Amino acid sequence: MTALSDASVRRLAEVANLPDLSETRYTLLEEIGRGGMAAVYRARDETLGREVAIKVSSAPGEREDLDARMRTEAAVLAALEHPGIVPVHDAGILPDGRAFYVMKRVRGTLLREVARGAAGLDERLRILERVCETMAFAHARGIVHRDLKPENVMVGGFGEVLVIDWGVARVPGAVDEPGAVLGTPGYMAPEQAAGRSGDATERADVYALGAILSTLVTATEPPADPGVARAALLAERELPRRLRAIGAKALAADPIDRYADAGEMAADLARFRAGNPVAAHPESWLERTGRSVWAYRAAVGLVLAYLVMRIVVAWVTG
Amino acid sequence: MGSRTTTGSTFPPTRLTVLERIRSEEPDERRRAFGPLVEGYWKPIYAYLRIRWRLPPEEARDATQSFLAAAWEKRWLERYDPGRARFRTFLRTCVDRHAMNLGQAAKRLKRGGGAAIVGLDFETAEGEIRERPIQDPVDQDELFRREWIRDLFSRSLEEVRLEHVTTGQAGRFALFERYDLGPEEGLSYADLAAELGITVSQVTGRLAAVRRAFRARALDNLREACGTHDEYRVEAREIFGIEVA
Repeated sequence: MTALSDASVRRLAEVANLPDLSETRYTLLEEIGRGGMAAVYRARDETLGREVAIKVSSAPGEREDLDARMRTEAAVLAALEHPGIVPVHDAGILPDGRAFYVMKRVRGTLLREVARGAAGLDERLRILERVCETMAFAHARGIVHRDLKPENVMVGGFGEVLVIDWGVARVPGAVDEPGAVLGTPGYMAPEQAAGRSGDATERADVYALGAILSTLVTATEPPADPGVARAALLAERELPRRLRAIGAKALAADPIDRYADAGEMAADLARFRAGNPVAAHPESWLERTGRSVWAYRAAVGLVLAYLVMRIVVAWVTG
Repeated sequence: MGSRTTTGSTFPPTRLTVLERIRSEEPDERRRAFGPLVEGYWKPIYAYLRIRWRLPPEEARDATQSFLAAAWEKRWLERYDPGRARFRTFLRTCVDRHAMNLGQAAKRLKRGGGAAIVGLDFETAEGEIRERPIQDPVDQDELFRREWIRDLFSRSLEEVRLEHVTTGQAGRFALFERYDLGPEEGLSYADLAAELGITVSQVTGRLAAVRRAFRARALDNLREACGTHDEYRVEAREIFGIEVA
């Protein structure tokens, strides 16, 4: 027995967990991502001659719960044909016992990077609106993502927005283990954090969308406590009041006070971006007037200039 | 020290850990549990004493023997508290304390006793250390961890090699050794397939089979070396990125 070099030890640790694609039509190229429960690899589909992404469970035949999640995720993705959701091409069990599915290889940037970058407010809100629309599509089919966060949204090179990682999604009829906490602190609705992930409805996803909004507009991580998260967003005085109201409504501690689903939030974001009143913030007469004046500031300016000129002319000509 | 013949990578989660068994009041059970711990840790302890404590080979050998003997006689390992540290960290601090005491009272150095120490091949261990450049990282815990994983992998690999040789599959292991342990620049599956007169799919399959065997053996050995089942799960995740039951 010879001693292994440091490089050999590293190499062994890597290869020991490589998925066994020997009885499939795919050739492994490289690992492109890893989460707690699965890894994603770039691979080549030899039959169709194209690159794909393969997600493989990190539990080689040992964790039935993780394999079940992979199967659920593949089924969810297959059921949701939408431009905001990565299409699935294939799924199954590898010779080494691990669950896998094959999807379109998407090239892009995670929303986390967008949040840290130089994108303007409207671009950030456009992305969030697309996420809300995708989630509205899923919610209409009874599917709740339960782990929405900036790491699970990808923005493609042509501006397309994709919601990824549906591994802990709730599908109609499925039952969770009691007490299971599924989600990510800061983005997880209080009912999920309390171990009632099985009770997580569309409104839990709305909470996460509110937390993503907070991240996008403040460039800071949302606090795990919903009261603190909501107060922190409302304290951002440089943000328009209507936008803060949208975030605050989504981040309400009580699910009943949130948007009923992502579609409602998408509609409010669209109204905000168009300069219209939003459902989250009933305006006073003064606010409505001020917003209208601002929206038509060019025309109002011309009218005011004309009136001033008439007054000056009248005064000069006596 | 012969290789063990355990196979497979699954086991009931309720199975007693080595540490639970070593706390047994039954002397035979305790002795049986101590053996795998010695097997799994003597070489990292020796390497650690050589590199970190800079002991000459002879002194490091005696210190390793006396540490293991004292651990058996004074039931040191039974004091391990999983709530405070990982088992290997606990063990490393015990080794540090032992080495410090030896330095202060060299006369207390002794060997053997009633410990279940099998024949430890220090000459090979010393040769292995000399084969590679000795680096002393700042973090002593990292040094011990690195030596421990090196030994874990080396033993597991040797067991897999023997298994392949005895079942007439030495060629398959040689393929794995060549591609995964000594990757030649630019060597592809297609190159290997052409050279061996087999298909690329067969190369993929053979490599995958040996990797799977190595992973199963390494997980078995890892489990034997961990203080608790939770620790085993954490170590498996950190070392291999694998979630175990």
